[in-house]
Amino acid sequence: MRIHFKTSYHHDIRLFPDRWTFSVYGTLLALAFALPYLIGEFYLGEVTNVLIWAIAGLGLMLLTGQTGQASLGHAAFLAIGCYANTILIEQGVPFIIAFPLAGIITGFVGLLIAVPVLRLHGIYLAIATIALSVLADDIIVLTEHWSGGVSGKFPEMITIFGFEIERWSMPSRFYYLVLVVTIICTLFYRNLLRSPLGRAFAAVRDSEVSATAMGVHIARTKGKAFGLSCMITGWAGALMGYYAGTFNNETFSLVISITLLMMIVIGGLGSIHGAFFGAVVVAFLPQALSILKDNVVGSGVAIPGLETGVFGMILILFILFEPMGIYGRWLKIRTWFELFPFARKDMFRRQKSYLKTERLR
Amino acid sequence: MSLLEINNATLKFGGVVAVNDLSFSVEEGEVYAIVGPNGAGKSTAFNLISRFYEPFAGSFTFDGNNLLERDADQVADLGIARTFQNIELFEHATVLQNLLVGRHRHRKTTLLEEMFFTPRVRREEERHREAVEEVIDFLDLQPYRNKMIAGLPYGVRKVVELGRALASKPRLLLLDEPASGLSVEETQDMRWWIDDIRKQMGITVLMVEHDMGLVSGVSDRVLALADGAKLAEGTPAEVQANPAVIEAYLGAGAV
Repeated sequence: MRIHFKTSYHHDIRLFPDRWTFSVYGTLLALAFALPYLIGEFYLGEVTNVLIWAIAGLGLMLLTGQTGQASLGHAAFLAIGCYANTILIEQGVPFIIAFPLAGIITGFVGLLIAVPVLRLHGIYLAIATIALSVLADDIIVLTEHWSGGVSGKFPEMITIFGFEIERWSMPSRFYYLVLVVTIICTLFYRNLLRSPLGRAFAAVRDSEVSATAMGVHIARTKGKAFGLSCMITGWAGALMGYYAGTFNNETFSLVISITLLMMIVIGGLGSIHGAFFGAVVVAFLPQALSILKDNVVGSGVAIPGLETGVFGMILILFILFEPMGIYGRWLKIRTWFELFPFARKDMFRRQKSYLKTERLR
Repeated sequence: MSLLEINNATLKFGGVVAVNDLSFSVEEGEVYAIVGPNGAGKSTAFNLISRFYEPFAGSFTFDGNNLLERDADQVADLGIARTFQNIELFEHATVLQNLLVGRHRHRKTTLLEEMFFTPRVRREEERHREAVEEVIDFLDLQPYRNKMIAGLPYGVRKVVELGRALASKPRLLLLDEPASGLSVEETQDMRWWIDDIRKQMGITVLMVEHDMGLVSGVSDRVLALADGAKLAEGTPAEVQANPAVIEAYLGAGAV
């Protein structure tokens, strides 16, 4: 078992608690940067896809996992980020400005929507956010003049100070771009978690009454969470546009919203790792399924609804047997090894929580 | 002038009058206890002070500030911290994080600084941590510092909640039944802590409590409530001897 010997308060808030974790993540990062030299272009594309989903997952995780507000409308914010970025670049704004701006625009739209929507709780909030997903489709069709409507849009090639990046012809450059955005988003997320705002998010999630009593402004905090969440999601949306190469009103559908939510539940709510684990599942499962199907029943046979069926089943199994998600399972396995042979079966069992004060709603 | 002054407060839920024309004041540096049978309006009075409920009538003044002009989340900024009858902690966070939320009103950093975790955020965090560690030392919470609330026993949660309120360095501490559900030893600890909070930290305490041993042990003045109205006020001994109080608790003819 590792013992952390702390000699200053800084040890508790620095990015990596000890040398071991630092070296683990350092190796991981080095591996990520060396990846284009290690694997083929097809798999590099798949990893890029995982990272883009992970960014979107981080966005939703901030809202759902950290602040406890479910959203089934995040596909709409992927769309806003994607369209904002493309339209800005078409207007002649360079990528290096257009891309961050696309996220900020999405964040502000999210903030505007958050004001009325976040007055709702639980299932009603989920229903209201579904409406966003549905609306996004119609709005894209209605604003055909800017958005290209049903015929869609093709994002232009990315140029950063004359340096060209394109997903198909130069996948490793696009991969590096996505990797850098992923790292920046992860750092933002991590920094928020260890500062007062991150704690306020958790406070709002766990008990609005006592958060208020401690001076946390509930609506403002939720609004910030929604805005930040949408900003990160907007960036993911812009990258998704480049990854897909073309997009129209049907690209960012309700199904994407549901997949996003499913992804963070499977990965493990409330953790950065969860977003990444979930993204791996969501991005690789369709590929794995089609390879499996081809080997079992032959490539000529189509099984409609196979993917969604398997996704649904996985989600049910996780909720039943591992509500903490893949990250929760990983923690348990790690603890078992760390404490070997002293780990007990019920170490992670949660006891029923005590009666809550009348919720004053 | 008193630290907290409540005049003619009235609150109705439909036809039920929860608090009826209630007036009392808490002096700086004292421990003031509210007692009364279930449903007397004790917790409702607390929720009125915390601005969770909007009173029908009455005035609430804290240190010259009109509480009715403040929202519930602004009450903490004035220096009023509270605990809850049924423990309202942040379950999926550690004891340390819970106590740090108590420091929320002292935060100085902005969203942008926090996203980049600038050196100033770091310095502020260390300052918050120092204040929280003082509370941890005071309440002997060291063994639980990094434990999740979800796995803690009831008695410890009760102390953590007291700690969270103390971490905000309040001027007035509202304790809603600090000893409910505690063992005899834990109640004894609570009694010493309340004494020390007043004497060492100079914090004024207003508490609702059923345990008369604790009430008469620590409080300077006691207010007895029944059906939302004031029954008696005075030193613990005076209130306990008051015939109206005895009647409210035990029924007419018990004396």
